[in-house]
Amino acid sequence: MEFMEKWQEKRKKVWFHTVCFLFITMLLLAGCAEEGESQEADEEDGSQEDVIEVGILHSLSGTMAISEVSVKDAELMAINEINEAGGVLGKQIVPIIEDGASDWPTFSEKSRKLLEQDKVATVFGGWTSASRKAMLPVFEELNGLLWYPVQYEGLEASPNIFYTGATTNQQIVPSVAWLLENRGKKFFLLGSNYVFPITANNIIKAQLDSEGGELVGEEYTELGHTEYSTVIAKIKESKPDVIYNTLNGDSNVAFFKQLKDAGISADDITVLSVSVAEEEIRGIGAEYLEGHLVAWNYFQTTDTPENKEFVDHYKEAYGEDRVTADPIEAGYNAVHLWAKAVEKAGTTDVDKVREAAKGITFAAPEGTVTIDGDNQHLYKKVRIGEVTAEGQLNEIFSTEEAVKPDPYLSSYTWAEALTSP
Amino acid sequence: MKQGLGTINRESQFKWIVYMLILGMMLLAPLFLSDFRLMLLAKYVSFAIVAIGLALIWGYTGILSLGHGVFFGLGAYGMAMYLKLEASGGKLPDFMVWSGQNELPWFWMPFSSFFLTLLLIVIVPMGIAYGLGFLTFRNRIQGVQFTILTQALVLIVVTLLIGQQAFTGGSNGITGFKTILGYSLSDPTVKRVLYWITIGVLALLFALAYWMTKSRFKRVLLAIRDGENRLRFIGYNPAVFKAFIFAVSAGFAGIAGALFVLHVGIISPSMMGIVPSIEMVLWVAIGGRNSLSGAVLGALLINYAKTTFSEAYPSLWLFLLGGLFVISVILLPRGFMGLMKDGMQKIKKRRKREDANENNIDFTFGESKR
Amino acid sequence: MWAIQLFNGLSYSSILLLVALGLSITFGLMNVINMAHGEFLMIGAYMVYVTQHLFQQYAPAAWFDSYYIFALFVSFTVAFFLGMLLEMGLVKFLYRRPLDSLLATWGVGMMLQQAAKMIFGAPNVAVTSPSWLEGGLQLTSVVVLPYKRLFILALVIVCLLSLYIYLYRTAAGRSMRAVMQNRDMAGCLGISTRKVDRITFAIGSGIAGLAGSALALIGPIGSSLGTYYIVDAFMVVVLGGVGKLAGVVFGAVTIGVLNVFFESWLSASIAKVIVFVIVIAFLQWRPRGFVSLKTRALES
Repeated sequence: MEFMEKWQEKRKKVWFHTVCFLFITMLLLAGCAEEGESQEADEEDGSQEDVIEVGILHSLSGTMAISEVSVKDAELMAINEINEAGGVLGKQIVPIIEDGASDWPTFSEKSRKLLEQDKVATVFGGWTSASRKAMLPVFEELNGLLWYPVQYEGLEASPNIFYTGATTNQQIVPSVAWLLENRGKKFFLLGSNYVFPITANNIIKAQLDSEGGELVGEEYTELGHTEYSTVIAKIKESKPDVIYNTLNGDSNVAFFKQLKDAGISADDITVLSVSVAEEEIRGIGAEYLEGHLVAWNYFQTTDTPENKEFVDHYKEAYGEDRVTADPIEAGYNAVHLWAKAVEKAGTTDVDKVREAAKGITFAAPEGTVTIDGDNQHLYKKVRIGEVTAEGQLNEIFSTEEAVKPDPYLSSYTWAEALTSP
Repeated sequence: MKQGLGTINRESQFKWIVYMLILGMMLLAPLFLSDFRLMLLAKYVSFAIVAIGLALIWGYTGILSLGHGVFFGLGAYGMAMYLKLEASGGKLPDFMVWSGQNELPWFWMPFSSFFLTLLLIVIVPMGIAYGLGFLTFRNRIQGVQFTILTQALVLIVVTLLIGQQAFTGGSNGITGFKTILGYSLSDPTVKRVLYWITIGVLALLFALAYWMTKSRFKRVLLAIRDGENRLRFIGYNPAVFKAFIFAVSAGFAGIAGALFVLHVGIISPSMMGIVPSIEMVLWVAIGGRNSLSGAVLGALLINYAKTTFSEAYPSLWLFLLGGLFVISVILLPRGFMGLMKDGMQKIKKRRKREDANENNIDFTFGESKR
Repeated sequence: MWAIQLFNGLSYSSILLLVALGLSITFGLMNVINMAHGEFLMIGAYMVYVTQHLFQQYAPAAWFDSYYIFALFVSFTVAFFLGMLLEMGLVKFLYRRPLDSLLATWGVGMMLQQAAKMIFGAPNVAVTSPSWLEGGLQLTSVVVLPYKRLFILALVIVCLLSLYIYLYRTAAGRSMRAVMQNRDMAGCLGISTRKVDRITFAIGSGIAGLAGSALALIGPIGSSLGTYYIVDAFMVVVLGGVGKLAGVVFGAVTIGVLNVFFESWLSASIAKVIVFVIVIAFLQWRPRGFVSLKTRALES
């Protein structure tokens, strides 16, 4: 009897344990499965309501959120504009927004989710080269379509990516040529320690060699580095005419503040930056940047009727104190270019859209852009601007025509050694 | 007392039944889940392996490591190097070409062999952990000081990885894999097999850790946690034990990293930084640091929550994560499992009282309170 | 050239010292590592921004240059009281569990960062530095000592001196040292260790706020500001050891000067790696850091 009683009590406990464990495990598995199902259900509803789902994948948290949130905003604005004008193929566009969290494996994981589970028509996203490199294998494996909105280091042309920012021959190469002509021959290269600055500087060094420039120094610092007194001492010692700055993020703030404190102004040494746009200028303070140069394809002050409208819309949608900048505009262009390609193809099928996209033009805020069918980059105008006391950019140089993209720099003889292994 | 022993056996028997049930469910999971969800689950499972290792050193030995991201990353990089070499098909990996590297660096050579890769995935993290552990523990650096040193280790390794772009892929990390041993990684069948392998490894390592915590070795570990100096006076050398268990735990993390790469298809220094390393500790803290199954549960739950919540509210998620950390540390020092065990203990005590009243038998379940 | 490097080394050391000073006294007294220390730096920097904003809005334009002095005061006070709040609400429950307090404060730091993002927005904010800190002391045509750096150097010296006077010349400081040397005995002798803990933690946080307002002059002001300095600060404390002000000074000067030396010789990223390796090697020789309280206790 005694034994039986105890055994029964024991059994109660066994059940308690079992129920707890099973409950949690079931919850986990069910949660996973359930979500999958509900997504699929959405999709069915979607096709009935005639909408097209597109993915937006930017870092909404973490260090890169500073830059990427604005691009997301511009892309949403473009989607709104298209929807108000009747949508694409008569269907409304519905964005599915995912957070890349400034973490490259997360970018890879989320693009898999967007393509495999949500089955979106296309994805707009990415900022850093690392995030693009992380997404690329997924898009190639699942044959998706990615629109990447930021200037980058070139040497890439994936059939699954459209590059709406500048490649090297639309930003770095012409700006170096301009500096050599107008500011001096002695260059100091300063960059953050990752793939874009390193590749960009390799290109600049080859160009300096062939066009009669001189390299007097080259320094890399970690992302987030904030102590530049030593680097500035090295700059002073090597007496360059130009500092070519490929620093990214917060380091720019520390560098420009400490440069000015060390008594170096734009009159002494010109700094040309390629990762500092209107938004970054606000965070650094215009007083530290006044007179220094930046190279982009678009400024908020670019004088076109389309830009006036774009800036007005953007400020109306997100607040008077917001500024537009090159990557923001490139993200906006990407959505419109995709919509035009879909209209032309008559379907959202990736292969057909890719084919239709060749040669498509769009009257963008920066001027007319055209998709180059060979490498899926854009024809873009190159601009160099000077920072004004108000923190805006004053255009001091612009190419006459939009420049043909050349990601592998095959039209430059001095670049041969860089691009062929 | 004899009765007490009998119940231990029955209880552990029962525990194993539960474990087997869960194992069975996890093995069957591919039948219900889409490829993408399966990938997520596999990722959580590989994180759970890190959590087991962390519980071994933190819960059982009292060493808090904020540097397990490094060991995880080293294992992951090992596997990634092998996969990258296979994907490059005898040529130089693409990122080396961009960075102006002309030939394969010597330390990449062993990774062209799958067998050596498997070996190195375990040996490299264990070696580094043993080296660092032995040096610091020998000098009786312990507690908070050791924890800060592990953070310094993270910074050193991450800085080196990012800085040596030509050798390591820099901040991009390594990605763009195609096949493993000739089988395509994008094939659903291969994915399932890899998932089952991951579950198998989890079960195996769990059993290994379980055995370690039931052996005499565990008593030494607990003694280190509760009174290191007394142990030293008895004649043990705690430094060796601590370094050893630290190395074992690093080995677990290395294996987990390799599995992670197989499923997620990318590794970058952002997975090894200070924040991911602390997050790993969080899984264990919430699941229950004194319990291996708690650690596994914590890793699964937190990562599941992360995927779900951070999709919907990316900024709120960080609040939640920070808050969870604070609450679990203050209110639930022994985590979720501790909470459950306390609950069980109460029920038991009541029963014991009832039993004692009815039968006048001194009856204990003999379960350790730790 | 070496003169500039020496100055740069000292200047970097002074920044490290300011950042680590608060950390070292809380760690020394309570064996609590405050992982939210970096976020107190951030709060200090944001306070400069807020004060500047208020001056621009409500004060006559002529007063604008004096805003920074007020900002220093505001930063210290706000950080002081937030630190006290943190101690009362969280840290006091965890005195016997130093590793747990490390984790809990990390959680708090994470929430503070997110809160800052929500209040001030994700992008960095800019402050205009007061005109009396612009420019530098021109020694030769190349050697310029920026006033901001000199100011930070002076600020550190003032902080050290006042901390020294507080610790060694006042009754409150004496009880603080007593608690640090033997908590139980001090408690028996009638010192309220609870109160001492609270005040110490608040002072440590206040100094962090002050450090943050100095960092606002030379670096970015954003929610991730603290993360850039926190590990360096830990290394200073571990290298220097705790219990005496000389320890943290030694730690900061060593790491600062070595960093600048290796940086100008090699490159910035490799310099950091070398310095950290040196620190780890040094600890093999002196596990408790450069200075340590002599004690007969077996367990720390």
